[in-house]
Amino acid sequence: MTNPSKKPKGAEISRRDILKSGAALATLTLAPGVTLMAFGGKASASEDMPADGLKPGARWGLLIDAGKCPEDCSACVAACSTEQGWENNGLDTDPQWIRKVTLKETATGRTNSLPVMCQHCENPPCVDVCPTGASFKREDGIVLVNRHTCIGCRYCMMACPFKARSFVAAPVTGQKSYSPRGVGTVEGCNLCVHKIDRGDGTTACVEACTATGNNAMMFGDLNDPQSEIAIAVATYASQELRADLGLGLGVRYQNI
Amino acid sequence: MERITYRELRSTPKVWGLMALCAAFVGAAGIEVFYLAKYGPIITGLNNQIVWGVPHVFAIFLIVAASGALNVSSIGSVFGKMAYKPVARMANLLAVALLIGGLAVLVLDLGRPERLIMAMYTYNFTSIFAWNILLYSGFIGVVAIYLYALMARGVSPKALKAAALLAFIWRLALTTGTGSIFGWLVARTAYDTAIMAPMFIAMSFSFGMAMFMLVMILTTSITHRVYSPELRTRQARLLGVFVAAVLYFVIVYHLSNIYLAKKTAYESWILLNGGIYTWLFWGGQVLIGSILPMILLFHPKIDTKKGYVLLAALLVVVGGFAQLYVIIVGGQAYPLEIFPGFEVSSSFSDGVVNSYTPKLGEFALGFGGIALALMIAGLGMKFLRIVPENLSDDNVDPAVLAD
Repeated sequence: MTNPSKKPKGAEISRRDILKSGAALATLTLAPGVTLMAFGGKASASEDMPADGLKPGARWGLLIDAGKCPEDCSACVAACSTEQGWENNGLDTDPQWIRKVTLKETATGRTNSLPVMCQHCENPPCVDVCPTGASFKREDGIVLVNRHTCIGCRYCMMACPFKARSFVAAPVTGQKSYSPRGVGTVEGCNLCVHKIDRGDGTTACVEACTATGNNAMMFGDLNDPQSEIAIAVATYASQELRADLGLGLGVRYQNI
Repeated sequence: MERITYRELRSTPKVWGLMALCAAFVGAAGIEVFYLAKYGPIITGLNNQIVWGVPHVFAIFLIVAASGALNVSSIGSVFGKMAYKPVARMANLLAVALLIGGLAVLVLDLGRPERLIMAMYTYNFTSIFAWNILLYSGFIGVVAIYLYALMARGVSPKALKAAALLAFIWRLALTTGTGSIFGWLVARTAYDTAIMAPMFIAMSFSFGMAMFMLVMILTTSITHRVYSPELRTRQARLLGVFVAAVLYFVIVYHLSNIYLAKKTAYESWILLNGGIYTWLFWGGQVLIGSILPMILLFHPKIDTKKGYVLLAALLVVVGGFAQLYVIIVGGQAYPLEIFPGFEVSSSFSDGVVNSYTPKLGEFALGFGGIALALMIAGLGMKFLRIVPENLSDDNVDPAVLAD
C-alpha cells in the first residue's frame, strides 16, 4: 500500500523545472467536447515575470490615452474579436467585449474617442451580486466569469456601471480552447488572461494598438513601481471612469 | 353565530374548467421553455442592454404579491384582528402558490436554468440573489409550518402566534431582499436608492391584498360560498390604504430624485419624455393602478358594491404590472452615465435609450407563472380544508368587526 500523502521520490521536480522544460501542456478534459488547456510558458520567462503569469502582488491593468486614439480606428476591437472568438454583426444581441465610444463634451463641443471594456475593478459590483460566485476576481485583479458555473441570471449586467458584459443569446461555434464561451452565459473582457498566464506580457488589444503606431494603450503591472505603466500613471494625470463609485479600476484613461 | 367550517372544493365543471384553463397557460409556457432550451435567449426580445424583461416583471410581481398575500393572514394572527382569522388558511396557501409561480418564471428565464443546482452549492454570500434563494425557499417552509399550525388540532395559541410572527418577520425580510435587488445597484440612475426596500414592502401589501381578494371573490363565486361583505369591505378599505401607501413611496422616490441634480435628467425622461415608460407610469401605474382604485375603494357605498371591489383589485394588479415594467425595464432603458458631461455614442447603444420589444413567448412564460400559481392554489383548495364554507357576516364576530 502506498501512503497517498507521501510523494514518491521521483516526483520532486520543481514547477519551474517543468516550465523551463519547454512547452509543458496540461490538458484537462471536463466533459465531452469541453477541454481546458493550460500551456506551460516559454523557457525564456524572466525571473520577475513567471511564465504562469501569477506574479506575486501584481495588479494587471491598462492605461488608455484618449488623445492618441483616432475615432476611425478600431484595431483593438478587431483584435479582441479575433483573439477571443466573438463576433459582432451589428445585432443588439451580439457580444461586444470591447467597444469604441465617441465622446463630445457637452459644455465645449470637443470630441474624443476611446475604447471601453471591463475595467477590472478592485471592488467589482459584478462579483458582489453574482449568486454562484461565477463572477470572480483573481489575486492579480483580473475579473473573470467562470462559464461553467454561470447560470445566466444577468444580475452582473444589471450591476456593471460600464456595460462591460454581454449575454450569449445563441449557441456559439468556433470557440477558442483558451476562451470557452456558451449560450445562456455572460461574458466580457478577460484581459487576455491566457496571454498573461503564458507570459506574453500584453493583451491582444494593446498589441493591435501598438501595431497601428497610435500607441494609445499600455498594459502592465500597476503595482510594480518599475513598470512602464506604473511610471506613466505616477508621472502624468490619468483618471478612472465613474471614480465617484469608488470601485478602484484597473483601467485608467488619459486626456478624456 | 356558528363555528367557521372549512371544506374542500367540490368537483364541479367550473372548478375543473378553470384548472384546465390554467393548465393550458402552463402548457404554453412549457412550449416557450422548450424553444428557449433549443434556440437560446435569441428568441426573446432581450438584448445586451435590456437583460431583464417581461418574465422578470411577472416573476417579481408574483414574488412581491406572495409576501403580501401572507399579510392577510398576519393581520389576524400577529395583529389580533380576529375577523381575518377565517381567511388565514387561504392567505397562506395563496402566498406559497404565488411564490412558486414567480420562482418558476424566474428560474426558467435564466440563461442556464438546468444549472440551478449550482446556486445551491456554489454560494456567494455577498449576493442579494443568493440571500433571496434562502429567503424564498425558507418562506415556503415557514409558511407551510404556519399553515399546519392553523389547520392542525391542538396547536396552542402561543405556538400559532409564534409561527405567525416568524412568517411575518420572514416576509418583511423577503420583500426587503427583493427591493434591494434594485436598491443596491449603484450603476443605474433609476435604482441606487434605499427607498426601494420599503417601497417594495408597500407594493407587496397592495398587490398581495389585491390578488387575495381576486382569488377570494372568484373562488366564492364559482363555489357559491359566502365572502362576508363586512370582511370584504374591511379588506377593500385596507387595500385602498395600501394603494395610497405605494403612491406615497412613489412620490417620495421621484421627489428625492428631482432634488438630486445628477438624477434630474432621468426624472424628466421618465416623467415627461420616456415614451412608453412615461405612458405606463402616468396611465398605468398612477391612473389605473392608484387613482381609480382609490376612488372605487373609498366609495361610501363600497359595502354593497362587490363589482367595485373586484374592479379595483383588478386595476391594482394591472397597475402593479405597469409599475414593475417601469421600474425593471424603464430602469434599464435609461442610458448608463459612464461619462458625465459628455454626449456619447457607440455601436453598443451608449448614450441612447435602449429598446426592448417583448416577444409573445415572454408573455407566455409570465402568464404561465400566474397560471401555475392559481393551479397550485386551486388544487390546494380542492384537496385541503382551506376555504371557509360559511363566511357570512353573522359568523364573523360582530364585536371584533366593530373595532
